[in-house]
Amino acid sequence: MNSLSFMMTLPEVILALGALALLMVSAYAGDRAASFVIGATVALFVAAAVSLIGPAGSGGVAFGGLYRADGFAAFAKLLIYIASAISVIAAHGYFSRLGTLRCEYPILILLSATGMGMMVSAADLLTLYVGLELQSLAAYVLASFLRRDTRAAEAGLKYFVLGALASGILLYGISLLYGFTGTTSFEGIAHALAVPPASTGIATARLFGLVFVFVGLAFKISAVPFHMWTPDVYEGAPTPVTAFFASAPKVAAMGLLVRVAVSALGTETHAWQQIVIFSALASTILGGVAAIGQSNIKRLLAYSSINNVGFALIGLAAGTADGVAAVMTYMTVYVAMTLGSFLCVLQMRDAAGNPVETIASLSGLSRTRPGLAAALAIFMFSLAGIPPLFGFWPKFLVFDAAVGAHLTWLAAVGIATSVIGAFYYLKIVKTMYFDEPAPAYAPSQSAVEGGLIALTALFVSPLGYFAIPALGAASLAAAKALF
Amino acid sequence: MIKLIVFLPLLAAIVAGLGNRSIGNTAAKLVTTGALFVACALSWPIFVGFLTGSREAFVEPVLTFIRSGDLNVDWALRVDALTAVMLVVVTTVSALVHLYSWGYMAEDDSQPRFFAYLSLFTFAMLMLVTSDNLVQMFFGWEGVGLASYLLIGFWYYKPSANAAAIKAFVVNRVGDFGFSLGIFGVFLVFGTVSIPAILAAAPGMAGSTIGFLGHRVDTMTLLCLLLFIGAMGKSAQLGLHTWLPDAMEGPTPVSALIHAATMVTAGVFMVCRLSPLFETSHVALGVVTFIGAATCLFAATVGTVQNDIKRVIAYSTCSQLGYMFFAAGVGAYGAAMFHLFTHAFFKALLFLGAGSVIHAMHHEQDMRYYGALRKHIPITFWAMTAGTLAITGVGIIDVFGFAGFYSKDAILEAAYASGGGGRIAFIVGIFVALLTSFYSWRLVFLTFFGKARWAGSEHIQHAVHDAHGHGHDHGHDHAHAHDAHHDAHPDAEGAGSEPHAHDPGVEQVKHGTAGYHPHESPWTMLVPLGVLTLGAIFAGYIFSPYFVGAETGGAFWKGSIAFNEHLMHAMHGVPLWVKLAPAAVMLTGLAIAWWGYIADTGMPARFTSTFQLLYKFLLNKWYFDELYHAVFVVPAFAIGRFLWKRGDQGTIDRFGPDGAAALVSAGGVLTRKLQSGYVYTYALVMLLGLAGAATWAMAS
Repeated sequence: MNSLSFMMTLPEVILALGALALLMVSAYAGDRAASFVIGATVALFVAAAVSLIGPAGSGGVAFGGLYRADGFAAFAKLLIYIASAISVIAAHGYFSRLGTLRCEYPILILLSATGMGMMVSAADLLTLYVGLELQSLAAYVLASFLRRDTRAAEAGLKYFVLGALASGILLYGISLLYGFTGTTSFEGIAHALAVPPASTGIATARLFGLVFVFVGLAFKISAVPFHMWTPDVYEGAPTPVTAFFASAPKVAAMGLLVRVAVSALGTETHAWQQIVIFSALASTILGGVAAIGQSNIKRLLAYSSINNVGFALIGLAAGTADGVAAVMTYMTVYVAMTLGSFLCVLQMRDAAGNPVETIASLSGLSRTRPGLAAALAIFMFSLAGIPPLFGFWPKFLVFDAAVGAHLTWLAAVGIATSVIGAFYYLKIVKTMYFDEPAPAYAPSQSAVEGGLIALTALFVSPLGYFAIPALGAASLAAAKALF
Repeated sequence: MIKLIVFLPLLAAIVAGLGNRSIGNTAAKLVTTGALFVACALSWPIFVGFLTGSREAFVEPVLTFIRSGDLNVDWALRVDALTAVMLVVVTTVSALVHLYSWGYMAEDDSQPRFFAYLSLFTFAMLMLVTSDNLVQMFFGWEGVGLASYLLIGFWYYKPSANAAAIKAFVVNRVGDFGFSLGIFGVFLVFGTVSIPAILAAAPGMAGSTIGFLGHRVDTMTLLCLLLFIGAMGKSAQLGLHTWLPDAMEGPTPVSALIHAATMVTAGVFMVCRLSPLFETSHVALGVVTFIGAATCLFAATVGTVQNDIKRVIAYSTCSQLGYMFFAAGVGAYGAAMFHLFTHAFFKALLFLGAGSVIHAMHHEQDMRYYGALRKHIPITFWAMTAGTLAITGVGIIDVFGFAGFYSKDAILEAAYASGGGGRIAFIVGIFVALLTSFYSWRLVFLTFFGKARWAGSEHIQHAVHDAHGHGHDHGHDHAHAHDAHHDAHPDAEGAGSEPHAHDPGVEQVKHGTAGYHPHESPWTMLVPLGVLTLGAIFAGYIFSPYFVGAETGGAFWKGSIAFNEHLMHAMHGVPLWVKLAPAAVMLTGLAIAWWGYIADTGMPARFTSTFQLLYKFLLNKWYFDELYHAVFVVPAFAIGRFLWKRGDQGTIDRFGPDGAAALVSAGGVLTRKLQSGYVYTYALVMLLGLAGAATWAMAS
């Protein structure tokens, strides 16, 4: 324990202290201060991101090996903070229109982001679990934030119950690993696992621990078959919350999974590779197949996130530095595409201003709101991975990594399943451009939201290819930090 | 300058084609027509330069095209005497046809499209004639094919026009397949596709053999025959000719430009361009002569019984192309090019004249419903007469003659002088000259002389009917809609594709004018007729020494074709009866036509009833269409239907896309059922997943 440790955890310190301070503000000022709190939250995210420039970005191990500040964590945190900040900004208009603009929303996101920062920086199973729970508990509350709305309440409850189950499984796995390796630090576990087990019983117990940890984390990234909560929660939660769920926590959980798989269980790659491959393929296939019949855009995007997580897992399945770099690039572009899509969903309001979620209401959008239709079309084409849109590039990278790791068949199957996904993405474009117009949406009220949509659309448009050198170098540097 | 000539039409086509309705009819017409007149004005000085000998051949590079290993292909424009001839033919006829279309297409709805296609065609044709290598030639070759397809099907709402366009395209594919095989073969043998390099290396390859379809065959014969198959397709030679008559479904200016004066002569041009190559194979030249003579005879015989004015001229074109080919086959490339040159003028004149008649007769194309038009459209009449005099070759030796007199007689004399197979071609040629004279004069007599027989025409009845309420020149669209079911040939394979299988003959048609008054065409149509009339009268007289003169010819061609000076000398020294024979048969044909269609109009009907079989044989075009229908079309459709129903739908679709789609949607239903909304189901699935993962990890 020294001051350097605090310097390395500066982002979390900023966010945690900031959250507490803002909680005090809201306690005394009430919901009148909501707009201020939202602004302050964004400022805190900016400050946390800036603090990554210092030791927090590359300092090494802190707090006696519990916490790690390296390039990988910095990359993931930057992405998490950007996604969280956008979720906060996007929520302002949504909640104020419903008359439920509360201070707690940005504060919960701040706390959740603190937990996520700890997740991606975890170097010990205990940090891992504490970070995960901090993130999750905030998320359960967020899901049922509109507590008078039965759908939101149901979503929060489902999320909580199933999340608790997943936490239990994870914790069980952690205890097994600890019990049979004698340590909770990733490094120590890696060393212990490198030693051949004394008996088959120990080998089996280690394997069980590994499988349970993977399952617990797979729940967080909603990989098949631990995805069941996703569509219900995404549909029921308020749209800004759904946007948040689909972006930042996904990055954090994926970062955590990658770190555990490589740092702690890197010697046991053969054991988890099969599970990851199965989960990856199951996610891409189910994410594609189940989305086809959906009529609710948020549900469809839930399946879309399952589908995308599957593709990102293909990069992890490769188990190489290139594969991990591909995962990070994938998550970056995925966050942009998903946030952009949800920002478009936030624009879907009927003439009275009430949120609309049916895909049918998008009919003929190209004639009533050409700009919005064009942006959504860009996101859909990009999600489908159709060149020259930027969504093609990370897909190419993960397949390339899979081929590089001699998993050519996995890449081939992955490419084939991406065709299924293309169907429903393109169906939305078809609905917007070729169907008879449905009643027009209420006009956009926020220039900020429009600007964010334009920004994300530009990033996933072919212009995104200009970012490849920088993004590629950063991803590879992040990945190298684990190997 | 040559770049300007070639690319101006392309530019105009792009402007008119993409601008289309947004720039309006007049702008599109001005741009395209203006570009063509500029190109024409730039082309003639080049041609005159070669005539006076002040110009030398040159190659102007444009762009690098393909660099791949040994294959080097560049865009380059080659200009020599042969190209210069084609340049003036293409740009002049094209410019005049553009102008003519101002009047002819005045009432059409999509004029910018029409003019853009015309200019696009001209560009492709110019690329073809200026090509310095076979690949660029193929580009132009396909380009004119495309433009031809688009223009034949210009009135795309007419099923017959669509069928004709597809037929033209498909039949040309056969020829183009041969052509492309020829190009591949040339590259294989010579290692280059550059025309000068090939021609220089060709004599060295004579006599070598090459493996083809498991046999050793003479290299040069094989290459020449493959290339000639391409020429046969494009130039509608016997066997691949069936598309040309149907191509008359396109607007008449198109027929004049593409299917008479320029595109269909591309085959002749190609044989002449590659003449040193063909000179290395006697077998190939023999085949060229034979096919040319056979086409010449075939098309002329069929032309004598056609009633559609455009079809008569179409078969006449086919027949004249046969003349050009057998001229090339006997080694008289200069004569072939000369006939190509003069034919462009008088055949374009005849087509445009026919267009003027059709315009006057309210889109009636059946000559049986014409008659006595001489007084009503006198300018058209005189133009058509000049064209007829030119095609039948009227003239007095060593004094003056119409265009065809010089070129056709040069071909016939060259055929006689070359001896051997050429003698047979000569006899065929003389007989065809008789037929040419007969069907040409028959056309003139039926159209312009005799009594008016307009009353029987549905087109005229429509026009008269419409005229009661509306303007005089109305009813254009009406006529088209009407075409679709009346005089068109619903199946392009056309069983007895004439409207009346049993020709009623001129006598049976209802006489009278039905109160209709034909009117002369506007000046935009008459000016091209006038210019072409001058060409039809003087082109032969002026240019004969340059093209086929024994001494002057070599100086003009300067090696751009294999100019056989010896043959040219022999040609001028043939016996007097050979020189007089064409004139004699021409007069005979005129006399028969006069007898049958002016003096005794009942004679043709009596003749046809006496020789029923012969008549039907000719009327059905030697049953070529029926034969192809039975041999190619029916089996192709059968194979296609089998592959479609059993192969594609039954096997590939069923187990492929459709099967996968069904599987996916079934999976969608299943997952939706699984997504019950109950937490315990979700937890169960999670735990099952956990158990599965643990089991799998243990097992492996």
